[in-house]
Amino acid sequence: MFAGVEEGMNKDTLILALETSCDETSAAVLSGKHRVLSNIIASQIPVHQKFGGVVPEIASRRHLEQIIPVVDTALAEAGVALQDLDAVAVTYGPGLVGALLVGVAQAKALAYALKKPLIGVHHLLGHIYANLLEHPDLKLPALCLVVSGGHTSLVHWQSHEQLSILGATRDDAAGEAFDKIARSLGLGYPGGPVIEKAARTGNREAIAFPRAWLEEGSLDFSFSGLKSAVLNYLHNAKQRGEEISVPDVSASFQEAVVEVLVEKTINAATAHGLETIALAGGVAANQRLREQLTATAESHGLKVIWPSLVYCTDNAAMIACAAYYRYQLGDFAGLDLNAVPYLPLDKALSS
Amino acid sequence: MQVLAIESATNVAGLALVAEETVIAEATLNTGKTHSQRLMPMLARLLDEAELQLEELDGIVVSGGPGSFTGLRIGMATAKGLAYAVQKPLVTVSTLDSLALNCTGRTELICPILNARRNEVYSAVYRVSSEGELQMVMPYRALPPKELIAFLRQREEQVVFLGDGVPVFGDLLFNELKDRCELASPLDSLPRAAALGWLGIRKLKKGEIADLATAKPFYIRPSEAEVTWQQKNL
Ligand SMILES: [Zn+2]
Repeated sequence: MFAGVEEGMNKDTLILALETSCDETSAAVLSGKHRVLSNIIASQIPVHQKFGGVVPEIASRRHLEQIIPVVDTALAEAGVALQDLDAVAVTYGPGLVGALLVGVAQAKALAYALKKPLIGVHHLLGHIYANLLEHPDLKLPALCLVVSGGHTSLVHWQSHEQLSILGATRDDAAGEAFDKIARSLGLGYPGGPVIEKAARTGNREAIAFPRAWLEEGSLDFSFSGLKSAVLNYLHNAKQRGEEISVPDVSASFQEAVVEVLVEKTINAATAHGLETIALAGGVAANQRLREQLTATAESHGLKVIWPSLVYCTDNAAMIACAAYYRYQLGDFAGLDLNAVPYLPLDKALSS
Repeated sequence: MQVLAIESATNVAGLALVAEETVIAEATLNTGKTHSQRLMPMLARLLDEAELQLEELDGIVVSGGPGSFTGLRIGMATAKGLAYAVQKPLVTVSTLDSLALNCTGRTELICPILNARRNEVYSAVYRVSSEGELQMVMPYRALPPKELIAFLRQREEQVVFLGDGVPVFGDLLFNELKDRCELASPLDSLPRAAALGWLGIRKLKKGEIADLATAKPFYIRPSEAEVTWQQKNL
């Protein structure tokens, strides 16, 4: 039906991708499998800051007001005309439904008007594929630790056609715990970067917060106990009128999260004989996590990769990268593509 | 001159291809299914049936609100995408104006009411001029039905209500306004993309074009988070 797949042999595929699942309006143009021609991200963080978190209705409104300028800038910066595109890709879930709908409606209209194939991309698949932007020759299978505001999963990344979940959080996501602790420490939003910054001058061993290892051999996570322990600690200190050290609490909390993430990731890699570990998601930007994981992996003879900072946050380049492989497989969506707020990761490759 | 009109402000998904003095094609779905899944396949079919290409149109008209926030955004994101891709002007038309057009044959005041939830309606009041044009008597508002009734009591005229607020508030309006109140038939109560296109083509001819980059629906209401924040901080 679409001539683009064969043409791809002699001409690099050009994909326009849109990402509007949360509070970043982003559009990117990707050439071939990893050349990012543009990656425009209009952040809404300042708009939501006074509310202490993302307000879905406000995010949806902003997306609609930013989407055309963002797409237009992405094409202009890439030096690509709409007619040159081979496909239009979009994040269709998981995320805030109202926010997703803006991107999905826009992408469907563009794809239809341009008579180009439409590709629906799972948001977390985008985070995973962000690794291939700078490591295009990565050999699969690999292990991927996906850590973000909504997710904490260990993914067995077998091929471009198959992935499976080895473990996931049973309650809060790691990023969610960061956000809640940051809020109760009065550090604001988003939680990851502010905790990390505060932790730099703190003592990681100041407070012994609990680590949830779960049953022997389990690759699942649980952060709700840790979260409650930190909140209890803050509450008790306040009751006793004691001064709390924000850097110490931040550092001790961060260390408890990192230690569990690192240990479970290494266990998963060795149990499944996977030599490369890829980090993905917003929390993959955390320096302490990168350091500790690299050090531990090296002692096990394993290699760790991660995307650059800009590709760890929500961005459309990673969606375009995942879409490139869907395009090669002819995995296209229909004009009835809907936004799916709760979309399990193990459904990411079965469309 | 011909336009595509997209109506998705309420539960009704409507599309129409409208020329200056006639309607070329129209499709309406009032099934309660999500606009996100229905609108684009419907649009592709309608253009196919009419043997028209987007490139042959002179503009894209979209329902500009008020209405369901999500519905309005689906319509406008779609309209923006189409207009951008084929480089055609975007025109927004008030959802209430286009609804009122269903009743232009009448001599009463025309009062479209859309269920805005939280015991309010989105409404405006019109009268039809001797030239057959809609004239605004009360501007667009989100208000409790009681306030709308109070406004209409001051005017000693017959009034006809239409829109998806009628099944919800019809009894109340009837009890309060008695024989001055008429409820439009369910046929006239349905938003029609053809009416939207009809008004849109007239705006387009007058050069009343929306800025594609900054166009947004006329929500009337701020988000609840903003209301709460203002209450706490003022
Ligand atoms: Zn994300």
